[in-house]
Amino acid sequence: MFDAGRRDFLGLAAIGSALAALGTALAGVLRLPKPAVLPGPMRVYKLGDPAQFAVGSVVKMDAEQLYLFRDERGFHAISSVCTHLGCIVAHSEREGFACPCHGSKFDTQGKVTGGPAPTGLAWLEVSLSPDGQLQVNGETEVSRGTRFQVG
Amino acid sequence: MIENLKALPQNLRDSVVRYTLHPTSDRERSQATFHNLFLHLQSVRVHRNTLRVAYSFGLGLITTASFVLLTLTGILLMVYYKPSTELAYGSVKDIHFVVPAGRFIRNIHRWAAHLMVVAVFLHMARVFYTGSYKKPREFNWLVGLALLVLTLGLSFTGYLLPWDQLAYWAITIGANIANSPREVTDALHITKFLDVGGFQKQLLLGANYVGQEALIRFYVLHVAALPILMAMLMGVHFWRVRKDGGLSRDETAPRDPNDVFSPTKTYGLMAVVRGRTPAVGRGPEGTVQSWPHLLWAEMAVFMFTVAVTLALSYFFDAPLKEMADPAIPENPAKAPWYFLGLQELVSYSAFMGGVGIPTIALIGLGLIPYLDRDPRGVGKWFGGPEGKRIFWLSTVFGLISVVALLALTVNCGWLRNWIPSIPQPVITLINPGTVIVLLYAAWSLWILRRTASLRLSAVALFTCFLAGFVVLTSMGSIFRGPNWQFYWWPSQWPVH
Ligand code: HEM
Ligand code: FES
Repeated sequence: MFDAGRRDFLGLAAIGSALAALGTALAGVLRLPKPAVLPGPMRVYKLGDPAQFAVGSVVKMDAEQLYLFRDERGFHAISSVCTHLGCIVAHSEREGFACPCHGSKFDTQGKVTGGPAPTGLAWLEVSLSPDGQLQVNGETEVSRGTRFQVG
Repeated sequence: MIENLKALPQNLRDSVVRYTLHPTSDRERSQATFHNLFLHLQSVRVHRNTLRVAYSFGLGLITTASFVLLTLTGILLMVYYKPSTELAYGSVKDIHFVVPAGRFIRNIHRWAAHLMVVAVFLHMARVFYTGSYKKPREFNWLVGLALLVLTLGLSFTGYLLPWDQLAYWAITIGANIANSPREVTDALHITKFLDVGGFQKQLLLGANYVGQEALIRFYVLHVAALPILMAMLMGVHFWRVRKDGGLSRDETAPRDPNDVFSPTKTYGLMAVVRGRTPAVGRGPEGTVQSWPHLLWAEMAVFMFTVAVTLALSYFFDAPLKEMADPAIPENPAKAPWYFLGLQELVSYSAFMGGVGIPTIALIGLGLIPYLDRDPRGVGKWFGGPEGKRIFWLSTVFGLISVVALLALTVNCGWLRNWIPSIPQPVITLINPGTVIVLLYAAWSLWILRRTASLRLSAVALFTCFLAGFVVLTSMGSIFRGPNWQFYWWPSQWPVH
């Protein structure tokens, strides 16, 4: 009786330690593919002298993946990455933004008006860099309607 | 020594082939089979039903044959392919236009991949409709499901490698589908603590965008991790087919009086020992020697697969678009055809279409053999006339409901077009995708109530899903154009 109990105990201990070892090894294996640092370019973009953008202009920035607007109230930048599955939206003055991939539509302010996109397009922070250039931070969102005034 | 040298060819041959290569008696054939690692994957004798073309259509074997072709051509492609964002596109272009026979090999790789996907779906359908998932084959059904997922995974990872526009945007979409649990966690405001989507995307891409890290990861998965897993699981799959008693068959069918039956299996069955066996020309229990009958059949299926693939590869080239350009999406950006049903669902809700519904479908498929425990109807297409009727009814119901729903969506839009301020979680929950799943589930429950048969209700559900899959896939492949708009025909697409 006692013997059997001891055997069970040893058996359980052996299985337990084997499982623990396996689990640790697995955790290590699974840890490796999750990157500690996300590689990629800095997403703070310097766009040059603010004066080069006329009031009322819209500029599509391909590498930066955003649209830069300047109106009477100041600058604002709207991300061109669709919030649905990441395609690049097209812009037209009257109708706002449209995504080619699954037909999401956004109004001129980037709010969703149709299609599968779960949220509106992100408004990105615009500021002036220390050396006087217009700068957009692709990592920082600001609330819709925020304008940046130069000077 | 001279003697031994002279005898070398003969001795070499004898040392490799343990028995004869030209067996003349059943006994020698049996020995030849089970003394060979590869041949002994199959039993020495097979039931005659197994060889019936109209029973299995050789679909599992066609899948296997395409996998073999894919492995061979894949290794050849690896000789020239360079997994770097700068070089990949050029190297594929070289393979296509410069490397001797490169285009042909690339075409074969592409066509065999298409064929494998078609065959694996049809194979699953044949296994389902003949009731072959039932005891004792439940586990092999699960292994099969894993093989299905691996097959799709291999196609998906392979799609990125050419690094052209199609590849880049399809994978961007795919990776963001992995990210789409955020649609739910964002709505619940818990993304900060539990970011499943972000984690999956990072694991897949190694970054937040599709770039060099993603390409290397996809390459490793495509040429090493997934094929090795696939080969191992295929081994298990075949071994189980054999251990589960060969292909399923109708055990209740009246037996041919000329066949000889013995109550238990003995070595006499394998013709290893001489027993009081059977009437001339008749094997025990309606079986025939695997060598040569099964071998001939297998050879024929392999030849068929190779012939079809070669013919397609000769006439039709694998596509290659412009090099990937992260600034301009391909419009429309379409995944490979077998994912276009999913892409259609995704165009209603990223999370439901890309993660929710596929998960539900896989869990449902996995549960089938454990819910339907009724042993009747194994080995007969649709399990008999009643099942056949349900099959046709369900086909009609499945087709009509999905087509009606699509027509509604295309003509009148969906919730957001009607109530613009509707919150996203409502759309995630109620969209054409989930509605169709609910309709199908309701239909199958109704069949269950009417017939009190789990098997028939499983037939109803499986058939509906198949109909839905076909319609959604055609919708995505044929009727969706630029901006994912509906067009009756690609020739109506606006030129831009
Ligand atoms: C890479 C994918 C696959 C390969 C290479 C493969 C291969 C095979 C082969 C060669 C057979 C022998 C009979 C035949 O040719 O029909 C077989 C049988 C079987 N397969 Fe698969 N298969 C695959 C995927 C699947 C899937 C997706 C399922 C179901 C979910 C499945 C479930 C089964 C079952 C249950 C059997 C036994 C059928 C019977 O006893 O009648 N397999 N498979
Ligand atoms: S990615 Fe924009 S609608 Fe799907």
